[in-house]
Amino acid sequence: MKISDVAAILDAQVLVEGNMDTEVKTACGSDMMSDVLAFVKDQSVLLTGLMNPQVVRTAEMMDMHCIVFVRDKVPDATVLRLAEDRDMTVLQTRYRMFTACGKLYDAGLRGGCEKE
Amino acid sequence: MSGLSLKYEVPGDDFTRAGEASSDVKRKLKKLGYDPDAIRRVAIAMYEGEINMVIHAGGGQAFVTIEPQRVDIVLEDHGPGIADVEKAMQAGYSTAPDQVRSLGFGAGMGLPNMKKYTDEMTIDTEVGKGTTLKMTVLVNHKS
Ligand SMILES: Nc1ncnc2c1ncn2[C@@H]1O[C@H](COP(=O)(O)OP(=O)(O)OP(=O)(O)O)[C@@H](O)[C@H]1O
Ligand SMILES: [Mg+2]
Repeated sequence: MKISDVAAILDAQVLVEGNMDTEVKTACGSDMMSDVLAFVKDQSVLLTGLMNPQVVRTAEMMDMHCIVFVRDKVPDATVLRLAEDRDMTVLQTRYRMFTACGKLYDAGLRGGCEKE
Repeated sequence: MSGLSLKYEVPGDDFTRAGEASSDVKRKLKKLGYDPDAIRRVAIAMYEGEINMVIHAGGGQAFVTIEPQRVDIVLEDHGPGIADVEKAMQAGYSTAPDQVRSLGFGAGMGLPNMKKYTDEMTIDTEVGKGTTLKMTVLVNHKS
């Protein structure tokens, strides 16, 4: 699916608009950046409830294209600017982590935070 | 020497800035046209090390040398040092306080992860003096 599909499925607000046509196949949901760095392979979407700039940096190091903030959390301007700088898309959804991940899985995205 | 040498100050008092050095190195490697897999390995390993310097050692310095076949990263701090390196290398071992965990770090995965993504890694550390971590990523190495 495309990042625009992710936004539609999660009924999300687009906080930073990168390339919405980027194709994504896999996602990871975590509040621990340590785990994202250690276990994720070739994920392109990061769902998190964590709100600091290291979320963007972690996504950057992992070559991820899209960050989804769950539970209606609003990151501050620094976080958004950082993402904008790196051509990432930032979405915000009212769904909680479990539901947001479930909806995306249902629509065909796959995981990989565990060693699969 | 033919390589490109870079030096960064990693401030210890500003968590929001942690990762700036790694981010800069990543961009430079991209611009130079390095293999994406090698770039990612450098980025992850250096980022983990940078975060460690910030959360465990009050900051430090990063020295990076970029050569056609290899990238060398040296992270030097004057923090508390690591008393038991073998233990610190174990997955899941962490002395990070809860406050660090609430920032998304402190799972005890950093050092094992750095080992996994690099081709060579040595830790030189002395309690009370500081830690110097050296890592090498070979560009043509297939992981
Ligand atoms: N530069 C350093 N100075 C002092 N102690 C360190 C340093 N780097 C690592 N350590 C020690 O080694 C332990 C393990 O480090 P490691 O990076 O594996 O895990 P962590 O930083 O605690 O958590 P994570 O990396 O998953 O966020 C740390 O908890 C800390 O006690
Ligand atoms: Mg660490």
